[in-house]
Amino acid sequence: MYDTVKGSDWLGDQDAIEYMCRMAPEVVVELEHFGMPFDRTDEGKIYQRPFGGHMSNFGEKPVRRACAAADRTGHAMLHALYQRNVRANTQFFVEWMALDLIRDDSGQVLGVIALEMETGEVVAFHAKATVFATGGAGRIFYSSTNAFINTGDGLGMAARAGIALEDMEFWQFHPTGVAGAGVLITEGVRGEGGILRNSANERFMERYAPNAKDLASRDVVSRAMVTEINEGRGCGPNKDFVLLDITHLDPATIMKRLPGIREISIQFAGIDPIKAPIPVVPTCHYQMGGVPTNYKGQVVADDGTPVKGFYAAGEVACASVHGANRLGTNSLLDLLVFGKSSGDSVIDDLKSGTIGLKELPVDYAERTMARLNRLNTQTGGADVNATRLELQRTMQKHCGVFRFKDMLSEGVAKILDIEKAVARTEIKDKSQVWNTARVEALELDNLIEVAKATMISAEARKESRGAHVRDDAPDTAANPNGRDDINWHKHTLWHRDANRLDYKPVIMKPLSVESIALKTRSY
Amino acid sequence: MEDRENLNRLRWRCTRRAMLEMDLLLGEFLDRIFPTLGPEQAAAFVTLADMEDLELWPLINGSRECADAVQAEVVALLRNVRVK
Ligand SMILES: Cc1cc2nc3c(=O)[nH]c(=O)nc-3n(C[C@H](O)[C@H](O)[C@H](O)COP(=O)(O)OP(=O)(O)OC[C@H]3O[C@@H](n4cnc5c(N)ncnc54)[C@H](O)[C@@H]3O)c2cc1C
Repeated sequence: MYDTVKGSDWLGDQDAIEYMCRMAPEVVVELEHFGMPFDRTDEGKIYQRPFGGHMSNFGEKPVRRACAAADRTGHAMLHALYQRNVRANTQFFVEWMALDLIRDDSGQVLGVIALEMETGEVVAFHAKATVFATGGAGRIFYSSTNAFINTGDGLGMAARAGIALEDMEFWQFHPTGVAGAGVLITEGVRGEGGILRNSANERFMERYAPNAKDLASRDVVSRAMVTEINEGRGCGPNKDFVLLDITHLDPATIMKRLPGIREISIQFAGIDPIKAPIPVVPTCHYQMGGVPTNYKGQVVADDGTPVKGFYAAGEVACASVHGANRLGTNSLLDLLVFGKSSGDSVIDDLKSGTIGLKELPVDYAERTMARLNRLNTQTGGADVNATRLELQRTMQKHCGVFRFKDMLSEGVAKILDIEKAVARTEIKDKSQVWNTARVEALELDNLIEVAKATMISAEARKESRGAHVRDDAPDTAANPNGRDDINWHKHTLWHRDANRLDYKPVIMKPLSVESIALKTRSY
Repeated sequence: MEDRENLNRLRWRCTRRAMLEMDLLLGEFLDRIFPTLGPEQAAAFVTLADMEDLELWPLINGSRECADAVQAEVVALLRNVRVK
């Protein structure tokens, strides 16, 4: 629990963090019973490995805690849980896209409106309970380790339905994504002796972290890389990446200890890392903020009361356990624990009669149909791909790893301009069946909501905390690491309506243990 | 289904997967190599694209062998795709 609170830079809610940590062994054992192929020790127990930031006794010394299934934990989990769904006769609607939430005048959520891609039909899913597990929005950045599905649809739907998005300024960047492609190069490469170099072939990490050098923490390495690039020491024709060098390692070691890295580098950078260094840039990896929920997986309004009929878990949600920065391995834990608690809440709320099937309001589809009609009739409008690219480049440049006051305020103006282009996107293909151009335009409607939330929340937060680091909030004696608890120890709530920002207190009281008091975060 | 529809459906299968590596590789393959395939190989690619990542990724990274001969040919082509 302490590791997660510290990782969050004290912005995580301690009730949710205690709940997640208490539930962790239970959900791991449950997964095991579902057939998850966890790695094992010789005596047949689940093998636990060390991981960055995992410590015992309040940060005293490293501990082996992480459970994994080789290098495909997420996929193995997906497979085990899918099998359970097959057993439970879950009905899947594959190749459907949810477009909007249905909410009535009282604010209760009554389902979603969705598009069937095969027919182009738009249908209402009238529901007693709606649970979002739609993932994050890493595709708002130009360089992202996230798959193309991560367009923040759940966040866009929630925002359009009048629900605030929480702590959207906090995004975790991974130092080594392949430049251009974004594909992740694991930390293990530096662990095995990989060295970061600038255009002068200098091992620049020696200047930033004389002891840990290339093995310093993710944010320290990412920031050093960006500083090198910003100061003109980047590589390539545009001086916009640095190099990860393993040419000095024995090729046999590379093949044995870093399987797959050579292929990734050849396939996605066109470079054989045995012969030449790999071009890398800090790359967007994980979204800490999201749709505000409590630890029961219920979506909550600004005052903390549950929005009836609406639940969320996983990267789309903000419980908030990750606060300003996520501890490694906590994402898969978060979605297991809160996925389960949201399901339990649905059952409880149905039993208690808090939710039930209510009549749809007469105008339930109006907003969505207006959006679709606009897209079908738009002429002389903006190109979807070009607009998305501009959005991604703007986010990367103005709201990346290292943030600057003037760049942020310029970024806000630019994103609001791009929003105008998004409102008049045009698609040439107007057909109904398998119209992927239409779906891409609808995804862009979601990306822009997340981009606005991120840029505006980041511009407003005048401190450095966790993954949000500003040059005008440096490390001082009064504010170590630039963190300003007096003014900024609070959650951001961005409202789509007029881009209004509100704040709410961090929950410092855990469920049963003592509160973990504010302290400087240093590793 | 018309050709446009089939191709759009296949494009979606190729570029909306759970792993960025797969989105990039299959998307690039579809643009550059798929149009040059004969009917048998094209059909094998459609079958491959319909697989879950957990099935397809081990074939591409070589940790598992392909049982079907034509599929194996297509996997070999996929492995040679350069996104850059
Ligand atoms: C390369 C990489 C490595 C990672 N490694 C780790 C790790 O080691 N440990 C860890 O804890 N975390 C890790 N993470 C983070 C973790 O994988 C993600 O946070 C997690 O997968 C999010 O799960 P999710 O279920 O919330 O969303 P996703 O897995 O993103 O799933 C969202 C689902 O919702 C569907 N969807 C979205 N929008 C719509 C819509 N409009 N209509 C219908 N369906 C929709 C999508 O198709 C998708 O199936 C990693 C992430 C990446 C990219």
